[in-house]
Amino acid sequence: MSLLAVHDLAVSRGGLRTVEGISFALDPGQALILRGANGIGKTTLLRTIAGLQQPVAGGIVMEDDLVAYAAHADGLKAALTVAENLDFWARVFGGGSVAQALAAMDLTALAARPASALSAGQKRRLGLARLLVTGRPLWVLDEPTVSLDTASVARFAQVVRAHLGQGGAALIATHIDLAIPEAQVLDLTPFRARPGTAPARLPSGFNEAFA
Amino acid sequence: MIALLRRDLRLATRAGGGFGLGVAFFLILCTLVPFGIGPDRGALAPVAPGILWVGALLSCLLSLDRIFALDHEDGSLDLLATAPLPLEGAVAVKALAHWITTGLPLILAAPVFGVLLQLPGRAMPWLLASLLIGTPALSMLGAFGAAITVGLRRGGMLLSLLVLPLYIPTLIFGAEITRRGAEGAGTATPLLFLAGITLAVMALIPFAAAAALRVNLR
Repeated sequence: MSLLAVHDLAVSRGGLRTVEGISFALDPGQALILRGANGIGKTTLLRTIAGLQQPVAGGIVMEDDLVAYAAHADGLKAALTVAENLDFWARVFGGGSVAQALAAMDLTALAARPASALSAGQKRRLGLARLLVTGRPLWVLDEPTVSLDTASVARFAQVVRAHLGQGGAALIATHIDLAIPEAQVLDLTPFRARPGTAPARLPSGFNEAFA
Repeated sequence: MIALLRRDLRLATRAGGGFGLGVAFFLILCTLVPFGIGPDRGALAPVAPGILWVGALLSCLLSLDRIFALDHEDGSLDLLATAPLPLEGAVAVKALAHWITTGLPLILAAPVFGVLLQLPGRAMPWLLASLLIGTPALSMLGAFGAAITVGLRRGGMLLSLLVLPLYIPTLIFGAEITRRGAEGAGTATPLLFLAGITLAVMALIPFAAAAALRVNLR
């Protein structure tokens, strides 16, 4: 039984279809890396799978409450400390241990520091530590390695591999080469929506027409 | 839900959270009015209920755009939308947090400001009661306006234009309770109307605001 199955999915941003005809499945323990040029629709695809917007065509089959989503913005409150930020998300998601997540992303020494005093890379590490406290199996990550240094990227790859080893799955949009050998790669370039060749050029519904 | 409430309260009371801004604005407004109208009891007392209620309403408005705009900016709103917490629940909790940090201090400070405006002593309990029943509706309606304007640059101005007309029924009945209280007349009817408005708003707004948020997140 797949965690996530996507059939012939088309997504749109600002009323224009970006990518279409995408199908894949993710089983527990698998990772899929999305590649493609800027603007091809990686973020839109990930937001659609995370449930933040509706697909314009095709279907997404998965159970409710599986996704932990991490985007460009880390969702941190500058006035709260590192531990308080993480503790909040742990309570909201009812997930795992804050101390373990801090240790996994090498943030234990910074736990009492306000998030406003963190560097960009440290903020990003805190944003990624949030994934661990959600306790959700499917990680949907949009450019997770932005502003991370080489050591942190390696550490993050280890965290993802450990997550896969525990039966989790990950869907990652990235441009760099993450050291995750078991990951498959899906290049979105062939799925770019082209005017004229699409099966139906009329908007498929009210939402697409006025999105 | 408790975690969200605690986080919002903590954020509001830390540096830059804007806690106390509403009360300070209320204070300044209530001090300015006697300067404008004159300190004479005969002139101030009849307008005091209205001024106090308009002041409370405007002070409430000051911090409304913070309800969702800050969470939208730093990405927390996206994450909350994917959390197990229903978005309707998140709206209700954030409106409650706004009421605790803005409405409650206004209610506690109102009797003092009532003295500044020569409000008769027997009207004080009614002023408190009307604010206690009416201000939750102000926070809820404000959350709805904030949900509609989230993601807009300089949405605060538009928010005021959207929300102020919705405040009119609460203002009418709230000020009427206080006025009748000052005259020693019966207050049951406006009190019931005000409570009815607040209850209806609390029942309906979370769904409307959550729907607006879903559209804006898309």
